[in-house]
Amino acid sequence: MATRGFSGRGRPPDEGRLPPGQSLTSDFPVLSAGPTPKVDTRTWTFTIKDGPRPVARWDWTDFHELPQREFTVDIHCVTTWSKFDTRWRGVAVDDLLAAAGIDSPRPFVLAHSIDGYSTNLPTADLAGGRGMVALYYDDQPIAPDHGGPARLVVPHLYFWKSAKWVNALQFLARDEAGFWELRGYHMRGDPWQEQRYTDD
Amino acid sequence: MPAPGSWQPARIVRTERATPSILRCFLAPARPFRFVAGQHVDLRLTAEDGYQARRSYSIASSPGPEPDDLIELAMERLEGGEVSPYFHDVAGPGDEVELRGPIGGHFVWTPADAGPWLFIGGGSGIVPLASMVRHRHASGSASRACLVHSARTAAELLYRGEFATMQSSGGLVYRPAVTRADAAAMPGMPAPDQGRLDAARLEAVLALLGGAPQVAYLCGRNAFVETIAELLVALGVPSRSIRTERYGG
Repeated sequence: MATRGFSGRGRPPDEGRLPPGQSLTSDFPVLSAGPTPKVDTRTWTFTIKDGPRPVARWDWTDFHELPQREFTVDIHCVTTWSKFDTRWRGVAVDDLLAAAGIDSPRPFVLAHSIDGYSTNLPTADLAGGRGMVALYYDDQPIAPDHGGPARLVVPHLYFWKSAKWVNALQFLARDEAGFWELRGYHMRGDPWQEQRYTDD
Repeated sequence: MPAPGSWQPARIVRTERATPSILRCFLAPARPFRFVAGQHVDLRLTAEDGYQARRSYSIASSPGPEPDDLIELAMERLEGGEVSPYFHDVAGPGDEVELRGPIGGHFVWTPADAGPWLFIGGGSGIVPLASMVRHRHASGSASRACLVHSARTAAELLYRGEFATMQSSGGLVYRPAVTRADAAAMPGMPAPDQGRLDAARLEAVLALLGGAPQVAYLCGRNAFVETIAELLVALGVPSRSIRTERYGG
């Protein structure tokens, strides 16, 4: 059903690369729900928890001793902007689990941020190189309003799952809703299935 | 929290130029829905070749006790925009677009919430705040509330007359501000403050509220929101009390 009198910019050439309902941006929008936390790397820590129990913790210096990988990925925000070929460097979740000595993590994760934000996803969506705790964007330390000094990056899911200011990954037996998931957003958030809101 | 339904037709019933850059647009959804002040809808336009554009618009009207037959949006014309020129220049009463909503679960306000409240909008960021203060006014809430609106000129202060009325009759403190040096006041509203919001002005607003608000709602372009949030935190407002809705990049 065409909208009378609307022509718009027309179909983009890279249309096939965009998930349904997305459009390409060359900006990098900041859409945080609260103020930007000021994080002091001198007191920053990263924790892996098995249920309620911390099993590994690194400070900023130790965290930088962990192996780093780089990936160049497309990212997709639930507010419909997508950005192609974003370059991130950080520690893969696989390497965090290996360093923590966890062979079979529980099947679900709650990522926690310094400001109280959280987001949930299946552990499988972080494994096999699919997720990292990123320290650099485009070769620069991640800016505070983009989630620096460290943020989760899980590019194959909507970007609200890529928790800014991440400081813990908590592995759980059951899928537990995080901040946006408690406020109407989808538990998994696959952009290719357009899983934006709870009942999608 | 009302959740978004599926895409549905919505008919434009009326449009009205409210400021030089903002158009009020009244839409009748095919399937009226309940919503909470602060929520938004997504609109989708489809070209002849099947190309689709989607945009989010905060609902400006107050939710009624029943699903509303008519909802109000307020759309700013963006230079070089793809969708806003369509609404400003082409669309008219009787035209149909597609709508999905209501969407949003954090930047929301209900009369059951505890005050006092601080609402700060930059430019068209006033829109979701309008829904909130309109609902507050309609519900006869007694909790203290202050609405600060910063725009370039007084002519751009959307709903200024209505907010001025809420100040005289509804206990809302309305503090308009203009940033352009040559901006003149307009009749029927308090004279706006001049210049960008700074720590001193925000400190005065907090004093009016009698201390930190229970919740502060900030909405506008990212640079504006980021600046105001940082100032409020520096003035002692707890981060957790500050909710932000950011437009643009």
